[in-house]
Amino acid sequence: MKKAIVSIAFGLTASLLVAGSASAQATLASVKQKGYLTCGSNTGLAGFGLPDAQGNWTGLDVEFCRAMSAAIFDDPTKIRFIPLAAKDRFTALQSGEVDVLARNSTVTMSRDTQLGLDFPAINYFDGQGFMVRKKLGVSSAKELNGASICTQQGTTTELNLADYFRANNMKYEVVAFATSDETFKAYDAGRCDAFTTDASGLYAERLRASNPDDHIVLPEIISKEPLAVAVRHGDNQWGDIVRWTHNAMLNAEELGVTKANVDQMKGSDNPEIKRLLGSEGKFGEAVGLTNDWAYRIIKHVGNYGESFERNVGEGSKLKIKRGLNAQWTKGGLQYGIPIR
Amino acid sequence: MQTAISQASPPKKSFLYDPRVRGIFYQVLLVCVVAYLFYMAASNAIENLRRAKIASGFGFLENTAGFDISQTLITFSAAGSTYGDAFVVGLLNTLLVSAIGIVFATLLGFTVGIARLSTNWMVAKVAMVYVELLRNIPLLLQLLFWYIAVLGPLPQPRDSYVMGAGFFLNSRGLFMPRPIYASDAWVIGAAFAIGVVGTIVFRRWAKKQQESTGRQYPVGLATIGLVLGLPIAAWLVLALANANPVSFDLPVKGTFNLRGGMQILPEFVALLVGLVTYTAAFIAEVVRAGILAVSKGQTEAAGSLGLKPGQTLRLVVIPQAMRVIIPPLTSQYLNLTKNSSLAVAIGYPDLVQVFMGTVLNQTGQAIEVVTITMGVYLTISLVTSFVMNIYNRRVAIVER
Repeated sequence: MKKAIVSIAFGLTASLLVAGSASAQATLASVKQKGYLTCGSNTGLAGFGLPDAQGNWTGLDVEFCRAMSAAIFDDPTKIRFIPLAAKDRFTALQSGEVDVLARNSTVTMSRDTQLGLDFPAINYFDGQGFMVRKKLGVSSAKELNGASICTQQGTTTELNLADYFRANNMKYEVVAFATSDETFKAYDAGRCDAFTTDASGLYAERLRASNPDDHIVLPEIISKEPLAVAVRHGDNQWGDIVRWTHNAMLNAEELGVTKANVDQMKGSDNPEIKRLLGSEGKFGEAVGLTNDWAYRIIKHVGNYGESFERNVGEGSKLKIKRGLNAQWTKGGLQYGIPIR
Repeated sequence: MQTAISQASPPKKSFLYDPRVRGIFYQVLLVCVVAYLFYMAASNAIENLRRAKIASGFGFLENTAGFDISQTLITFSAAGSTYGDAFVVGLLNTLLVSAIGIVFATLLGFTVGIARLSTNWMVAKVAMVYVELLRNIPLLLQLLFWYIAVLGPLPQPRDSYVMGAGFFLNSRGLFMPRPIYASDAWVIGAAFAIGVVGTIVFRRWAKKQQESTGRQYPVGLATIGLVLGLPIAAWLVLALANANPVSFDLPVKGTFNLRGGMQILPEFVALLVGLVTYTAAFIAEVVRAGILAVSKGQTEAAGSLGLKPGQTLRLVVIPQAMRVIIPPLTSQYLNLTKNSSLAVAIGYPDLVQVFMGTVLNQTGQAIEVVTITMGVYLTISLVTSFVMNIYNRRVAIVER
């Protein structure tokens, strides 16, 4: 709570006192000058943003920041992670407390147009689901009439929940908490019959339950949740870096460029690979980076598929299928925009 | 030295060296600087918001909220209610927990404060341990303790504790019968109102009688009779006339939870208990200080007049102690109200949780939302202070 108050106070003071001219257009310069990137992260969501036992941040969102750091500094560790609760995240970005927000945040029209933010890269296509205890004997979200449901406040989840029960003419009792941690603990302690968040989050949180096998995820997906990386509106160069970091990772996967073979691929004759890795054209310079920016990303972090499998896919405890997040060539929605 | 001062003639005053003029000049300068800073901050904020393309203004209060709230004292639904309604819901929830909290904290605080001065060693030590324990642990930890450790382990709805008479206790809260009033139930309310007015009139009369004649009347009994007896009599009459004025909707087991009846949320209970026990510890100290401020001679004088210890406390000590107690007690009331914003940690939908949590995040209008919230707490605090100051003036010692 103190955190929330501090960050809101910070946001207020900053927007009151900081001169406007300095805030736009200059994020890359200020990041280069201070020598590190501040990345707004989840307070702790397995697979997306979570410090491991050694205190190193891991996850799909975290690796996005690492890729940006690699592109800018040729070093994936020049980052300060700021863990943010859902209700504090946008204020923290608006006020300049973080340079980029990679924190499983759903992009919606109002967030894009009214919060002074841009969402240049959707790094995970998700949808909202429900988790319940097995012993309740519920097999569909349509059977949840009269249930108590725990959710995190200040999320699209909270709104979709209201929509879904209204559309299906069902009653429910909402219990909203400020952080995902408090929300899940309350559900795990039995305060609620069901827990709702993005499907990826359900699988991640289930691992933290006192007994994960007691819980099942219901089959219904009740919303579209395109989880995107956010930056402040108006700094187009910085927005471009986010957009093309994501596209570089997608194109690398599509072209078969991996962390392991990237040095070898540098000698490839394929013009697309040559443009990606910077041996042809000056694409990096156009966004204020070096021309081997994408090489750095893949060398230090890997392509999108590698990052996915390592953090949320088969290589992780979550075992989430690629599904919507497969390459477009494999029936998914992830479509790398050509670098040329 | 004395002679030197007395002999010095007053120097010829220059306008610049007149301390009064200087004082006014600096005051005016300060006001100008402060006003300018506020103006700069406000115009800078508006300019920056506009430049950053962040929505501003208070129009969002009219927009549909689209989310639900667990405890609402007014009708609230995701479909039809606005952010403005959500604000009212949060405000009422804050006022509810604060008002009930102030009443109970006062009762508990006075009890513990007086108990600390008890001649009974055991009672005094128990009160001391209570005070030292409760006021030296951060309130946030106490709230989490009540919510997670005390109310958390309550059974699931299917295994509710059945407390009889339609009362159930489980992890979703306390369930109780909800009274349903028939059309003629207003008679009972009217009887209650008559009882209250009658009590006030009788008490005034009895006091006057005692002051002029010294005769005492059974005020306590009369109060109970009027306030409780009249409504019960009214209810009995209606019930005998076969027009049962009040029936009860009992909670029954549903698929997930109990259905029907009234529900008190565990979040509310945890917050209320936490605030009451914590603030009562401070109030106890305020009360103790107030009583100790009344000189021992007063107690001895009362004793020599033949007053019993209870009467001494009630008629001699407390009235004099009140003038010491009221000002710090007001601070404690304000603290309790402001501390209720810690509700955010345990999911009770108070003003901060609903308005500064959900509404702020869904609209993104941090400056407006935070300003409104601060304004509300300021208003609540000033009104509380104002009321307590009026009371303070009434109990203040009359200088003769």
